[in-house]
Amino acid sequence: MAQTITQKIFAKAANRKFVDAGQSVWLNVDVLLTHDVCGPPTFDIFKHEFGPDAKVWNPEKVVVLPDHYIFTSNEHAHRNIDLLRQFAAEQHLPNYYDVGTDRYRGVCHVALAEEGFNLPGTVLFGTDSHTCTSGAFGMFGSGIGNTDAAFILGTGKLWEKVPESMKFTFEGQMPEYLTAKDLILQILGDIGTDGATYRAMEFDGEAVYSLSMDERMTLCNMAIEAGGMNGIIGVDAVTEAFVKARSSKPYEVFASDPDATYHSMYRYRVDQMEPVVAQPHSPDNRATVRSVAGTPITKSYIGSCTGGKLTDFMLAAKILKGKKVAVTTNIVPATVLVASQLSTETYEGQTLRSIFEEAGCSIALPSCAACLGGPADTVGRSVDKDVVVSTTNRNFPGRMGSKHAGVYLASPLTAAASAVTGKLTDPRDFL
Amino acid sequence: METIIQGKAYVLGKNIDTDQIIPAEHLVYSLSDPEEVKMYGKYALSGVPVEQGGLPEGGIPFVQEGSFASPYSIIIAGPNFGCGSSREHAPFSLQVAGAKAIIAESYARIFYRNCVDGGFVIPYETAQQLNKSVVTGDELSIDIQANTLTNLTQNVTYQLKPLGDVANIVQAGGIFEYARKNDLMATSQA
Repeated sequence: MAQTITQKIFAKAANRKFVDAGQSVWLNVDVLLTHDVCGPPTFDIFKHEFGPDAKVWNPEKVVVLPDHYIFTSNEHAHRNIDLLRQFAAEQHLPNYYDVGTDRYRGVCHVALAEEGFNLPGTVLFGTDSHTCTSGAFGMFGSGIGNTDAAFILGTGKLWEKVPESMKFTFEGQMPEYLTAKDLILQILGDIGTDGATYRAMEFDGEAVYSLSMDERMTLCNMAIEAGGMNGIIGVDAVTEAFVKARSSKPYEVFASDPDATYHSMYRYRVDQMEPVVAQPHSPDNRATVRSVAGTPITKSYIGSCTGGKLTDFMLAAKILKGKKVAVTTNIVPATVLVASQLSTETYEGQTLRSIFEEAGCSIALPSCAACLGGPADTVGRSVDKDVVVSTTNRNFPGRMGSKHAGVYLASPLTAAASAVTGKLTDPRDFL
Repeated sequence: METIIQGKAYVLGKNIDTDQIIPAEHLVYSLSDPEEVKMYGKYALSGVPVEQGGLPEGGIPFVQEGSFASPYSIIIAGPNFGCGSSREHAPFSLQVAGAKAIIAESYARIFYRNCVDGGFVIPYETAQQLNKSVVTGDELSIDIQANTLTNLTQNVTYQLKPLGDVANIVQAGGIFEYARKNDLMATSQA
């Protein structure tokens, strides 16, 4: 029986030959991810339900990456880090990345990839909706709440409904001015913020396989913005090279059968696509950058699991080199590794860090920062009626802080071009 | 478990995301300390833009300034309720504020799972655009057995969609209670 890649991973994790879409199955979980916002309440529920002396099902498989509220004076936020630390010590969790030590990594979805936790064919659940990012590695990754996570902590299992799959095929060669962010914003405009609810979003086509792992992660990252259970891309040589450089663990490669059944199929030619933004206040409120060019902005923000990876900063540097920004521009590397790469990676002979500093950007320490607003003292948090162009993933009212601000979601190229002019600007004006 | 849920309606639009349900800056409070838990009631639905809260009139807060609980116990909304982040703090905050049920045209997956598995509020689905006919403050009654909603103020009854597979988890009061009843925790640990 023909199956999609997502069905095959479900079947393996449920110890079955095949599974049907719509069927509920119990999955064996390979990795459970949590962070500082949802870890403490998850651990509370775990202890309440399994007993104060209960042990997690497998300490190796629990990955705790604090990243949300790190560089703040908020005492409750500090307490949450203490609670993570305490639980990790009690449970002897080898994969806890403590704040204030050289183990600190930064934004969890990017750190998971860097640390070799993303393995093709595996099942990852995380207490963060952007856990779907890891689908870029030909694996299943999906967000859950604290109760479900506590259930996994105790049992290593979770029930899930096998999703129907939607297939998005991108054909042609990626033009220089187009990025993965433009591709996913295009899809969101076409299917809406509930267009993939409870479904898998499978990305395919030569343009997708021409992308770096960073860019593939951006594509899968925003599957949740369409309500998707997971985003997923098949495995190729690029995936395997990335994984083998970071992990020696075995993994299994699955691919969709050519005659697998899909809920729906979408086809795009990337050479006919344009840079786009999602206008306030919804990720599906798409417009071409050209059609809204000239809209004044007050801030540009380049960061997060969606738009704060090395590839994102390489793209931004292409535009910012030798230019000055006209508005406050926050550069927020997702992880400590990305932050260090800003000092080692170069564009036309100049390090990214020096390009950004000369352009007048302010470079922050790695964390989720203002992507989700955060405590009042969070770097880059929107205030009053800010109009922000941002490489992040959501622009619902109040998402980046101020309820009165407006956020335009955009690619790093568009965010950088707009930073230079102080108004929404098509990156082709600079390329 | 109750068989009838009765209370006042609070009406919202579509795509009410988790940042509107509980803004991220408030996620620092404990979900178990009784004093701190109150803060989740205080800030429930505080991210909804003022004019979009308490439809059709708007400008009606779910929780009054200075209060920790809402006078409304049944939320009526359009499609895609609870989209956005995975924060379980969202259905939790609605429960702390006093909500018992939500009736929406559809839900985002993680929010829906959280409502059911955490046993916070019952997420009913409806085929009708109830947020166009129900007025904030209307007295509503949900008959859990019959799967119906009666608007006592307008004297009209609607059929709700069946809860389906999750009815048993809702009835048990959450995934842990359900798993214990069905020996799932024992088998899965084996």
